[in-house]
Amino acid sequence: MSSLNTLTIAAARKGLRAGDFTATELTEACLSAIDGAGTLNAFVHHTAESARVQAGAADKRLQDSAEAPAMCGIPLGIKDLFCTKGVPSQAGSAILNGFRPEYESTVTQNLFDAGAVMLGKLNMDEFAMGSSNETSVYGNVINPWKAADGTDLTPGGSSGGSAAAVAADLCLAATGTDTGGSIRQPAAFTGITGLKPTYGRCSRWGIVAFASSLDQAGPMTRDVRDAAIMLGAMCGHDPKDSTSVDLPVPDFEAALTGDIRGKTIGIPREYRMDGMPEEIEKLWSDGTAMLKDAGAKIADITLPHTKYALPAYYVIAPAEASSNLARYDGVRFGHRAKLAPGDGITEMYEKTRAEGFGPEVQRRVMVGTYVLSAGFYDAYYNRARKVRALIKRDFDTVFADGIDAILTPATPSAAFPLGIKHDDPVQMYLNDVFTVPVNLAGLPGVAVPTGLDHQGMPLGLQLIGRPWEEGDLLNVAFSLERAARFVAKPAKWW
Amino acid sequence: MSIDTETAAKVAKLARIKVDPADLPALAGEFNTILGFIDQLNEVDVTGIEPMVSVTPMRLKRRTDTVTDGDRQKAVLANAPDAREGFFAVPKVVE
Repeated sequence: MSSLNTLTIAAARKGLRAGDFTATELTEACLSAIDGAGTLNAFVHHTAESARVQAGAADKRLQDSAEAPAMCGIPLGIKDLFCTKGVPSQAGSAILNGFRPEYESTVTQNLFDAGAVMLGKLNMDEFAMGSSNETSVYGNVINPWKAADGTDLTPGGSSGGSAAAVAADLCLAATGTDTGGSIRQPAAFTGITGLKPTYGRCSRWGIVAFASSLDQAGPMTRDVRDAAIMLGAMCGHDPKDSTSVDLPVPDFEAALTGDIRGKTIGIPREYRMDGMPEEIEKLWSDGTAMLKDAGAKIADITLPHTKYALPAYYVIAPAEASSNLARYDGVRFGHRAKLAPGDGITEMYEKTRAEGFGPEVQRRVMVGTYVLSAGFYDAYYNRARKVRALIKRDFDTVFADGIDAILTPATPSAAFPLGIKHDDPVQMYLNDVFTVPVNLAGLPGVAVPTGLDHQGMPLGLQLIGRPWEEGDLLNVAFSLERAARFVAKPAKWW
Repeated sequence: MSIDTETAAKVAKLARIKVDPADLPALAGEFNTILGFIDQLNEVDVTGIEPMVSVTPMRLKRRTDTVTDGDRQKAVLANAPDAREGFFAVPKVVE
């Protein structure tokens, strides 16, 4: 039974219901895989004991009822950004050293209510600020996919631990969060599926806030069906998050018919970037052909403000971050700096935040402070919010014109070596060029692995859907997945 | 718009992050790179466009104005670096 940890959620659900194996056996298989994968640095807080208790309870539930939920007994990794009661939840930051929440995030509570098992907490960029998982207090995550010359590669970020853990079969699936691409970019870099739902689909309550108008939790899974199953268990209206939508949760899995005949797929011309590698161009045109072969109509579309999405994002996200991260002051939780004689409360704030925040977080908090400061608020923050309105209007227009989903590359390249993009923060930001507009417009987006580059590294395409229509979006993704037949896995070296 | 070390120091102060004076020139340089990138926004014609407030056209839900939670002093203080006698303790705030 050593390969139970490689199952999809759907396969595990079937096996658990048939009694082929137990949730306890499934959990043990994952725990052994985690024990053998310390080198990847994906799991940073281990909860084996509580996982065994949850698995035992799931086994009982499966035995007692034929109606146990789909996620019952499924072992998951949880991104460190989610507050989990009594378990360290640090958002990858030194400033939350020792923080053990007294409460459970709504998303993890929903998963636990459905019978899911938490194996531990997953590494991530500090406060979800990063695209390579190199800003974490726990150190870098290493991509289970290795370059041909043996170089260690980034798994992407910020949900790098989640992506690496799913790709390396340490868990069946993981939670991620996505503010500018933090689910979809690491999914593409590790050959897995990552879904960012519509803003408001999943409750943000109990998720450490980065940029509240952009943050959204979602599933990171082996395939599209698993994403549909897991999203159904994660989401739902939550009175504790005023932006959580009060809409019924549809059966996302039931939407996966594979029939996309008559659907219209938009190909936005602005996503064809100067200097884009030919491999990405080809991946994109191959994906377009696959959807056409499946019976979809292909339409060239224009999203004219695409170019301004990243600059708008790098005003809005730091502005919201500077406000959200004001709470880390050394008073109520986490780290407090040692003070010198005579230091007052201002010195305590300043020293605590200088010690507790890493360089990228400090940079973004200060940029946010600047763009919100007197005299610059209109020039930067208000202008960025106006451009954001125009970016959303671009999408509204194409959807009103009858486009059902939009196909784009997920990332401008495959996973890159750890340690290469440090000198210029803007170079790192460009990683999210295809994903950021989706957050600004609040739309659902999914990254699906569809090919390999010349070095054998996975590449993904992104599909963008209409708001609240994750079911339809996942059905198009399902059709693309079936046509692409991506089955490659990283060779185990760890 | 170029940021000098004096402005960088002012921003660090506003953000309540202690920055060593020796690091200010590098910090100002990074700000300038990022703000240079952001300055592209000036190319966009935003005449007559309202700044976005909420990405989903959704009316915020209302609820009755009643107490729904509370009386959890122990839980609230459980993670405090310094809690004494049921309070958060901080260095002296006023002389």
